[in-house]
Amino acid sequence: MAMRVSLFATCLCDQFYAEACADAVLLLRHLGVDVDVPRGQTCCGQPAYNAGRPTEARDMAAHTMHVFEDAEYVVLPSGSCAGMIRCFYGEISGVDTERAESLARRTYELSQFLRQVLNVETLGPGLEGRRVAYHHGCHALRELGVKDEPLALLAGCGAEVVEWEADEECCGFGGLFSAKLPEVSAAMADRKLDTLPDVDFVTSSDGGCLLQLSGRAKKRRTGPPFVHLASALWRGVAR
Amino acid sequence: MAGRGPMSFTGPGNYREEAAKTIRDKPEVRTSITAATRTFDAHRVHAWGQIDADRWRDWARDVKSHVLGHLDEYLEQAEEQLTANGAHVHWAETAEDALAILGDIVREHGVESAVKAKSMLSEELGVNAHLESLGVHVRETDLGEYIIQLLGQPPSHIVGPAIHLSVDDCRRLFHERLGTPLDAEPDELAGAARDALRAEFLAADLGISGGNFLAADTGTVALIENEGNIRLSTSLPRIHVACVGIEKLVPKLEDVSGFLQLTARAATGQPIGNFVSLIQGPRKNDEVDGPEEVHVVLVDNGRTKLLADDAAWEALRCVRCGACLNICPVYRQTGGHAYGWTYSGPIGAIIAPAMLGLEEAMPLPYASSLCGACTDVCPVRIPIPELLVHWREKAVEQGLTPMTETMGLKAYAKLAQKPDLFAAAGSVLRHVPLELGGRALPVLAGWMQERSAPKSSKKSFLQMWKEGIE
Repeated sequence: MAMRVSLFATCLCDQFYAEACADAVLLLRHLGVDVDVPRGQTCCGQPAYNAGRPTEARDMAAHTMHVFEDAEYVVLPSGSCAGMIRCFYGEISGVDTERAESLARRTYELSQFLRQVLNVETLGPGLEGRRVAYHHGCHALRELGVKDEPLALLAGCGAEVVEWEADEECCGFGGLFSAKLPEVSAAMADRKLDTLPDVDFVTSSDGGCLLQLSGRAKKRRTGPPFVHLASALWRGVAR
Repeated sequence: MAGRGPMSFTGPGNYREEAAKTIRDKPEVRTSITAATRTFDAHRVHAWGQIDADRWRDWARDVKSHVLGHLDEYLEQAEEQLTANGAHVHWAETAEDALAILGDIVREHGVESAVKAKSMLSEELGVNAHLESLGVHVRETDLGEYIIQLLGQPPSHIVGPAIHLSVDDCRRLFHERLGTPLDAEPDELAGAARDALRAEFLAADLGISGGNFLAADTGTVALIENEGNIRLSTSLPRIHVACVGIEKLVPKLEDVSGFLQLTARAATGQPIGNFVSLIQGPRKNDEVDGPEEVHVVLVDNGRTKLLADDAAWEALRCVRCGACLNICPVYRQTGGHAYGWTYSGPIGAIIAPAMLGLEEAMPLPYASSLCGACTDVCPVRIPIPELLVHWREKAVEQGLTPMTETMGLKAYAKLAQKPDLFAAAGSVLRHVPLELGGRALPVLAGWMQERSAPKSSKKSFLQMWKEGIE
């Protein structure tokens, strides 16, 4: 029987990176996985939690736990939202900790799932000759400890992942932070863009970071394309 | 150049405006700070690679947490030991108390001039301005502190107070004040400062220092430094006053050994500071040097408020190494002045709400993208991002966040529990150009100010899924 994955598109990718979510579905199917997108999924609750609103975060977490109650694996095209579920659901006061921990154990960011559960080595030659910069989203990197996974997968598609001195630095998104302190947030994006090497595209596992970096690059009228990791890897399969 | 920093702090309230101003008008500050902090951090990485840093950090966290759980006992023990060593111990609940104690010492001994060893606590208390108001000539003797004192600026970094300045800034300053050539090499500048300071050391009646650690079992004040100025400030003048925060205690002198090394490695990547001073009291009868009198002022000034907080007390473990500032992408854009008070960066943002009061400290708990880099480098493992969220919760409880944010997030949370409405709202928003939305929603206004509008997907993914993905 095929492995069953429930995709949690996340609110941000659902609206802004719909194609990347679709690419994640195609990629997982290509790897022999049964993909399901449970009805009723909305937002993991991170915006409320980070804003200091545990009550709202608790309700949104309870909703998400209900939606993914029966999932064998929950895979997200977002390190940040996966980090929220894996590292913080159990910490929210008033949450059902047993259910929170159960969901945390079943939850993976996409590249983490591909490497750690499916043990994917190579996907295809679709990125051969492409120079790629990888932005490590903070929550994937520091909360989930996902660092080598996306790099290995990109390399496994033939991409050359180019050295970038600011690759582990925050892009300045931070959800509400980007709107509350837009000047500092933009300066942080500028630091990333100013140090960006010459590449064919920039990719990352987080839609929020991509929105921030591409939005700033567009304002500055310069910069390479910004592509979600799910789309980059699906290109890598090269049908 | 003097316009590059404020003459004094006015509180964190203007953080956004001050930060924006620095980024817009003084891009060279961002360049200096980013370069210097990246160098500091690279040295830390190297120095931690030489030891089993995780074990050291666990140990340091545990020792500090233990002390904070038994602070009253250790403070009494330290006082007993210091007194037995011949030092005078004073207790200061507030900054005013501490300044009054200093004032008494100055008056009693007819102090005319004082030299100061670098001390963030003395910055916090406002020691220089107070002593000057009493007619005392005060001279900072740490090179960085000396530079910013000449400029009349407060420090912009815990360890490197002049980190926002470039070498050229210093060349111009020293040219004006000390007559060095405009193209002087850094060594020549340091030499000129050394010459100017030597006379100050010899003339001073009073030396003022902080204290990195205070060992309770022996009553030892431990100080780390690189320039030798702390050694001179604490041993040459006839009176030495050490202002020490009550959180600086460690149980045993033996513990100091570990902390000195871990702090230096975290701060500058050195195995230990060039100079370590262990001060146990005044000059003894058979000793040829050292001060005649040693005073230790144990300062609270808001620290017990921090201790009383069920979560934020962990911030009192801080050893003021500055590692969290060095790695912080938010701090790196502006340096410390924008934060509006003595302690900037991540550590400043989590201690300000207790030490200044939460309302006064706003918006510092929000001056973070919660990237988590700080907690990964903290030598005493302070959970900084968690504490930022903790203070945000308190800010919400106390009604200190904007009404639009409250209503927006509450509505969003409600909507997120009604998937059909959530999808419908998303579909509506996708068809509103964000330039227009930006005028209606303050959250979007902030976004649109610095970035171009993101392009929504033509259809939401959930809609695509419903229609079938092939």
